[in-house]
Amino acid sequence: MATDKKTLFQKIWDAHVVTTIADGPDVLYIDKHLIHEVTSPQAFAGLEKRGIGVFRTQNILATADHNVPTKDQHLPIAEPLSRFQVDKLTENCDKFGVELYGLGHPFQGIVHVIGPELGITLPGMTIVCGDSHTSTHGAFGTIAFGIGTSEVEQVMATQCLMQSKPKTMRINIEGDLSRGVLSKDIILYIISKISMGGATGYFVEYAGSAIRSLSMEARMTICNMSIEMGARGGLIAPDDITFDYIKGREFAPKEEKLTEAVAYWRTLFTDEGATFDVEYTFDAADITPMITYGTNPGMGIKIKEHIPTVNDLKEESGKASFEKSLAYMGFNAGDTLIDKPINYVFIGSCTNSRIEDLRLVAQFVKGKHKAPHVNAMIVPGSKQVEQQAIAEGLDTILKEAGFELREPGCSACLGMNEDKVPKGEYCVSTSNRNFEGRQGPGARTMLVSPLTAAATAITGKITDVRELLTA
Amino acid sequence: MEKFVKITATAVPLPIEDIDTDQIIPARFLKATTREGFGDNLFRDWRFDNQNNPKADFVLNNPNYSGKILVAGKNFGCGSSREHAAWAIADYGFKVVISSFFADIFKNNALNNGLLPVQVSQSFLDTLFDKIFADKDTQLEVDLEAQTVSIAGTNLVEHFDINQYKKTCLLNGYDDIDYLLNLKDKIEAYEKTSKYLSLVSQEQEIEA
Repeated sequence: MATDKKTLFQKIWDAHVVTTIADGPDVLYIDKHLIHEVTSPQAFAGLEKRGIGVFRTQNILATADHNVPTKDQHLPIAEPLSRFQVDKLTENCDKFGVELYGLGHPFQGIVHVIGPELGITLPGMTIVCGDSHTSTHGAFGTIAFGIGTSEVEQVMATQCLMQSKPKTMRINIEGDLSRGVLSKDIILYIISKISMGGATGYFVEYAGSAIRSLSMEARMTICNMSIEMGARGGLIAPDDITFDYIKGREFAPKEEKLTEAVAYWRTLFTDEGATFDVEYTFDAADITPMITYGTNPGMGIKIKEHIPTVNDLKEESGKASFEKSLAYMGFNAGDTLIDKPINYVFIGSCTNSRIEDLRLVAQFVKGKHKAPHVNAMIVPGSKQVEQQAIAEGLDTILKEAGFELREPGCSACLGMNEDKVPKGEYCVSTSNRNFEGRQGPGARTMLVSPLTAAATAITGKITDVRELLTA
Repeated sequence: MEKFVKITATAVPLPIEDIDTDQIIPARFLKATTREGFGDNLFRDWRFDNQNNPKADFVLNNPNYSGKILVAGKNFGCGSSREHAAWAIADYGFKVVISSFFADIFKNNALNNGLLPVQVSQSFLDTLFDKIFADKDTQLEVDLEAQTVSIAGTNLVEHFDINQYKKTCLLNGYDDIDYLLNLKDKIEAYEKTSKYLSLVSQEQEIEA
């Protein structure tokens, strides 16, 4: 019977419903709650006001990432407000008994990088964090999504969250990817097709042969940006690539527990015949290196395409916003972006700061040097990524190519620390958001893959990386 | 949480689509550790230039427009999950945001702070903008009990949807956490059946 068939999302959701409120949301049990310094202080204050503690301290983990400097992390944080907020996190974690991987800890890093690399993120879980890019963890076949601070307090107090069940969407990418095309290009392509609000109210499953062929790092990049089309989250069914990645990681189940876990994880897939509210299929061969030209992640084009004109817009109502966006970026409708001079390149963020990203960039820039006018910053996602990069000698290659390898943090993705792009400057960036002022007041962000970012840093102008790849 | 029942007020029109929470409150203002005071920096970079002078062309600096209702373009509150966006809008003095579409996380954050997100049809939203631009003193009435938004002095009215549980919370000033704290027995019973907890129990002890 068709009604017995469940999607991956439904299986995990149903396994976490504690109870359902009549005419209201489900009460969902949260397996892991990740917190950071920016969206947690008011939640801790809320618990204090209620006179209660954290309900399950073992299900919550903290790190400092948004505000931290990416230079001289061994010194006290210079910026007073950032220091205060990071200190507040330490104080709250001490007071409430929460494990903290703070500055200086070997496991510190961007919250969505450390969960997977430590084996904390596992298939079939529910994970939340006061950060919209929590969807990253969906790459493991988890229901993971971002929440607000009132909800952070809710989870701290009860380990549960009230949530209405979202609708489901499946996006299939079928076929083989071309050379020079990375998973970042896949997700920028998808968002350009579906639009920035097109998946609002949905939880997305990514499927198809092109997705199955990707590494865990590449899958995380895709799930990471689900929120950029409005989706509550995105997930990918776990498979042997997933299990191999998890095996041996710090906190992953081991020995018999691992065997038991893998047997369970193998049941986590969408049943044949299960239905989705919406389904899309795209051909991997149609995807090329992508770049954004506007001020939301849906404003993406193939790198050789021209910026659309108002006449290309599907909806009349979007014209004013489209024109505002181009005015901010200093572009004209119909322009090409190829060969546009660029002074800033940022490689990092929870989207593209994992060891695989650093390896790809290092391999590409080896023996080359950045253009003299380019400021090329590369920020690893975690202490572990940084240490691994050094162990592999990537730091030397990057340094010789003129790239500055920083210490881990969110950095210039959102410019809460000193890493900002000056007003009016273009930054070709591997991060996830090109909103006005995202990388600093007046900064103009263009989202790309790590390879496109590296190629742009080398030539000093927007470059189709495929033309620089040797046979 | 403060109760919300009904409000009649003038509105501030902001006919821009896809307004993200980075515009509502830029990241550099997220360093506060309390919920208060974010209204000063609401729409900071649209409202002020880099010398901190008000930009005359932004609606919040236009003396013609004021009120407790913000009317904004489609897909309001997209992007970052920062609840600071809802805090900033409420702290500035708004009680309601009307749009033809809201981002999910913003909607939850608003509801958790007694700020009512009212989703109307695109055509009704266009009508609202037309009326407000034609007459800055146009009064809107938002009635949560009846789930309607109407334009005073006209017969123009639109019904809006809201989750019944959330409606009850808003009408009575209830809070989700109070509700959940009463479910502790059910939560503990669930934990005994949790597949995840059974898989990580050993590791968790080692970790601790």
